[in-house]
Amino acid sequence: MPKLIVLRLLRLATLLAGVSALAFTLVHNSPIDPIQAYVGADVNLTDAQYAALREHWGLDRPPVEQYLAWAGSIIQGDLGVSTLYKIPVADVIATRFGASLALMGVAWLLSGLLGYALGVLAAIRRGRFADRAVSWYSYTLSSTPTFWLGIVFLVVFSVWLGWFPVGLAGPYGVPAAEVTFAERVHHFVLPALTLSAVGVANIAMHTREKMTDVLNSDYVAFARARGESPGQILRNHGFRNSAAPAVTLQFAYFSELFGGSVLAETVFSYPGLGSTLTEAALGGDVPLLLGIVLLSAVFVFTGNVIADIVNAALDPRVRRRA
Amino acid sequence: MTTSADRKPRGRRDLLVSLGVVVAVVACVVAGGLLLDPAQMRPSAGAPLSPPSLRHLFGTDHLGRDMFTRTVHGLSLSLAIGVLTAAVSTVISAVLGICAALFGRWVDGLVSWVIDLSIGIPHLIFMVLLAFVVGGGIPGIVLGIALTHWMSLALLVRADVRQIRSAEFMLVSRGLGRSPLFIAWRHVTPLILPQLLVGFVLMFPHVILHEAALTFLGFGFSPQTPAIGILLSEGMPHISSGMWWLAVFPGLTLLLVVLAIARLGDRIRTVLDPATSHG
Repeated sequence: MPKLIVLRLLRLATLLAGVSALAFTLVHNSPIDPIQAYVGADVNLTDAQYAALREHWGLDRPPVEQYLAWAGSIIQGDLGVSTLYKIPVADVIATRFGASLALMGVAWLLSGLLGYALGVLAAIRRGRFADRAVSWYSYTLSSTPTFWLGIVFLVVFSVWLGWFPVGLAGPYGVPAAEVTFAERVHHFVLPALTLSAVGVANIAMHTREKMTDVLNSDYVAFARARGESPGQILRNHGFRNSAAPAVTLQFAYFSELFGGSVLAETVFSYPGLGSTLTEAALGGDVPLLLGIVLLSAVFVFTGNVIADIVNAALDPRVRRRA
Repeated sequence: MTTSADRKPRGRRDLLVSLGVVVAVVACVVAGGLLLDPAQMRPSAGAPLSPPSLRHLFGTDHLGRDMFTRTVHGLSLSLAIGVLTAAVSTVISAVLGICAALFGRWVDGLVSWVIDLSIGIPHLIFMVLLAFVVGGGIPGIVLGIALTHWMSLALLVRADVRQIRSAEFMLVSRGLGRSPLFIAWRHVTPLILPQLLVGFVLMFPHVILHEAALTFLGFGFSPQTPAIGILLSEGMPHISSGMWWLAVFPGLTLLLVVLAIARLGDRIRTVLDPATSHG
């Protein structure tokens, strides 16, 4: 196990080096002028001022040197200053990431549990009504644009039924510190529901396949011949053999989840990291954009590592191989 | 339980039905894009914000533009971009997958690393980054999508080619002094074409959905372009005042088109490779 962790950390390091180099190269070659983006499009700089700024930020140095300087300060925890918010990127991310984590966490858990349950149900009732309903739902939802589903939820639950507010993390015009927990939850439900509804499809279809394989296997046929009841078969063979891949899949879903949260947060004007990413990219805020890109890579990587560990814990065969 | 004897014809029949649906949908969208009067998309083609009626099937927006015409144009734009980006992505997967499997350990290691790297950043974030770097517009959308959807297909191609590279005819060909490029093009490519076709069709739904997402977030087209994402983001401010048709119809039509194509992709896969059949 310690060897595995060291290997993983090394991999994370090379991955981050790669992602940061890639992102830096891309942005470096983009037509966007960082100085003009920083001072704002409507400010005209004299050539002397421009040159001074270039020197001040080291933009006159060779790209490799610039990259190393940037990477060096990131290692020390300095992600630079956001040009939109004029405060350190780390602070922007710290205040926004919590809201996103809560959203993604709830959606992840809900979609995982519900999706697994529906997948098992579909596999047990394969070919019957429940299976058709689950399959139909999963097919449809995996073809649905996440943001459109959010909009439909808004139309139905907020506008027609009036159950939920139209957007934001708290009531409009109330300072963030005075928003009560109940109000927060009230504003939280629809974005979380949107993300969960989309997430269910993936895991349900996968569990349905896996569970069908298990139920058609020789060992289940043998168990049935021994006289185990359907409930016993599920408990003794079904869950164990279908849970590990489901958990793996759900952790690998971190990547899609992050993307989904960008859309859901934008639809519901939920002040998390996702809507900040859109703002940063549209507003030409390079340090903030790069910071979020790096963070998202760490997030996805963490998901994959947890998947490996959980897999090893659930499945003795994997553990022996590692 | 279906027996293997009657499964194949049924799979083929399903495939033909799906293909028919997709062809019909695409034909309607293309015909609509060509035949519908563009004047309907200009402001004041009808009363602003009028609900769906026989004259305006999907209603009109805040400038009085006909939503049905705009939606159909948006769909044909989505399809065009979808074909282009999915094709580029498929070619990238094929080239990288074949190179990784045929051209030795170094190339394989490099390709695997690039794949790991690209999978390591969430899809949408990667697309936003690329669209940002290119500076938005149609090139931003096309590059952003084409460069982010090839990874899983490249892995499949690589695995396939690794299986066929030790086949006898390959060894003979190499023994006769054929160059690796000749082998890749004349021997390997024809064998993986079915895989590429399935990959292309299965990629299509993702590509279209991501195009809509990117335009919805504000990357890509100018605001007057009728793209589905733009229609929806324009509709957003009017939803709270009850203008549901602005939001519901464009997304619903996109959903139906994507659903039809996704179904087709699954059925092609089922027919070409019964082992992955979803039953």
